[in-house]
Amino acid sequence: MSKDMMPHFELFQPDSEETALDLLSRFGDEGWPVAGGHDSLSWFKDRAKYAANVVDLTGIASMRGIREVDGGIEIGALTTLTEIENNDIVQSRYGLLAQAAGHVASPQIRNVGTLGGNLNQDARCWYYRYGVDCYRAGGNTCYADTPEGQNREHCLWGADRCVAVSPSDVAPAMVALDATMIVRSASGTREVAAEDYFIGPDIDIERMTVLEPGELLTAVRIPGDWANAQFYFEKVADRNTWDFPLVNIASAMVVENGTISRIRIAAGAVQCTPRRLTVVEEVVTGSAPDEETAALAGQAAVRGATPLNFNHFKIPLLENLVKRAIRDA
Amino acid sequence: MKDSTNGDLSRREFIGGTGAAIVAVNATTATAQDRDAAEARAIAEVPRTRIEITVNGQRQSVDVEDRWTLVELLRDHLGLTGTRIGCNRGECGACTVLIDDEPAYACSTLAVWADGRSIRTVEGVERDGKVSTLQQAFIEHNAPQCGFCTSGQLMSATALLERNPSPTAQEIREALSGNLCRCSNYNAIVEAVQAAVKMGGA
Repeated sequence: MSKDMMPHFELFQPDSEETALDLLSRFGDEGWPVAGGHDSLSWFKDRAKYAANVVDLTGIASMRGIREVDGGIEIGALTTLTEIENNDIVQSRYGLLAQAAGHVASPQIRNVGTLGGNLNQDARCWYYRYGVDCYRAGGNTCYADTPEGQNREHCLWGADRCVAVSPSDVAPAMVALDATMIVRSASGTREVAAEDYFIGPDIDIERMTVLEPGELLTAVRIPGDWANAQFYFEKVADRNTWDFPLVNIASAMVVENGTISRIRIAAGAVQCTPRRLTVVEEVVTGSAPDEETAALAGQAAVRGATPLNFNHFKIPLLENLVKRAIRDA
Repeated sequence: MKDSTNGDLSRREFIGGTGAAIVAVNATTATAQDRDAAEARAIAEVPRTRIEITVNGQRQSVDVEDRWTLVELLRDHLGLTGTRIGCNRGECGACTVLIDDEPAYACSTLAVWADGRSIRTVEGVERDGKVSTLQQAFIEHNAPQCGFCTSGQLMSATALLERNPSPTAQEIREALSGNLCRCSNYNAIVEAVQAAVKMGGA
C-alpha cells in the first residue's frame, strides 16, 4: 500500500452545472469542487486541507470547449490548458493566451489541468502549503514575512498579513485581454471582470478570488476588442517546466501610425492578484513603442514596490519584462 | 460536571468511548492477524465505484475507492508495478502513463477518472513479447541510470513519437520536460529517443 494515500471522501459526479451547483450549495463549506485535481489532491494527500464531499466537475460537458460568441470567444472552465494552447482560434486571434497556457507547469499537467483550475488555484506559499497555522490558514502568524522567512517568491505589493502571490500564468493574460468571468451559483449567474475577479488578503485573507462557497467559475469570455493585437508574454521561473513564475508579464497593445493607441498590461507573481499596470498603460499610450518609451514604462511599473528580505531581484526583473513587452511585442 | 455528562452521553461520545476500549483490548490481547482482519473488514465496508477501463489493451471492470489515484489502482490493485511513484504530487513525472494516448501523471489522476478510458503503462509498450524500439534504444544508449524515472520517460517519449514521428532534439526535450531524472541523464535520454526515430519509431 502506497504511503500518503488520501483520506476518505465522498465523491459526487454530477453531469450538469445545475446538479453540481445544487450539491455545492447544499454542502457549503464542506464541499470541494475538483476538476484536473493537481491543486486539490495535493492538499488532500498532505492532510493540510480536507473536504468530506468532493464534487467532481469533469463529467459536465457544457463546461468544456471553446466557442465563438459576440465577436469574441467563450472558453469553458473545464477546457484543458493543452486544448487552449493548440486551439486554432486562440492561436490565430489570441496568441497571448495560447502562450500563457503553454507556459503552465509541465506537458502532463497541461493535458489534464483546466482553465478554471489554473485561475482558481490556491496560493503556493510553501509555508501555507505545508499546513502551518498562518494567517491565510486561519492562524495569526506569517512565516514568510519574518527576518529569516524564505520569501524570494513572495510579493512586492499588497502585503496585508499574508505576502503570497498570484501563481497563475493564465490570469495576467486574462486581465490583459479584458476577459469576463462567468460565475454561477444555485441562485443565478453573475459576470465579473477578470481584473476584479482576484482578491487580495485585505479583502479576504482565506480566498484568492471572489468565488463564494457554492459558486463555480463556469466559463471565461474574451471580447473581440483585443483580438490580433500585438501581444507579449514572458514568464521567468527557476526552471522552464513546473515552476511557478517569479514574475510573468502579459500585454495586448494596438499600434496605429507608429504610436501605441491602446494597451492593457498585467504582471503575475508580484502581488496576491494579477497586477494590472495602469500607470504603464497611461505612460505609453500615444508614444511610439521604442526604447525610450519602454524605459519610462519599466520605471513606472516598479514605482512603489516594497520588497521583502529576499525578493529585491523582482524589481529589476519586472522593470525589464515591462520594457520588453513595450519594445519587443 | 462529570456526572451530568455521564448521564447524558451523546452517540459520538459513546462510540468514542467504546472505540478506545476496543483499542485498549487490541493492544494487549489481539494478534497481528486479528488486527489485519479488522482492518480488511473496515476497508471492505468503504463504498466502491465500478469502473470499466482498458489497461494495455485489456478491458476490465474494477471496483475502486473514490480516493484511489490511478497509480494506486495500477500498482496496488492491478499488480502493474512498472509505473513508479516518485513525489506523488505531480512534480516528478515518474508515474507518467498514457490516458487515451496523452501523457498524464497517474499520481494526480483519480482512479474513477479512468472510467471508459484507455490506459497504457510501461508494461504495454512491448511488441509480441519483445521490447519496443524505444526501449531497445534506451538500452543501447544507457538512457536509464538508476532507472526510477525510465518508465515515465518511455511513456512520454512513446506519446511523442506516435504524434510526431520525426521530432527535433528541441521537441524531444520539450515533450520530456515533465519527467525529472535525478541522475540527470537527460542527454542520453534525448539521444536514445533520436536513435529510436532513426530505428523506425516508437
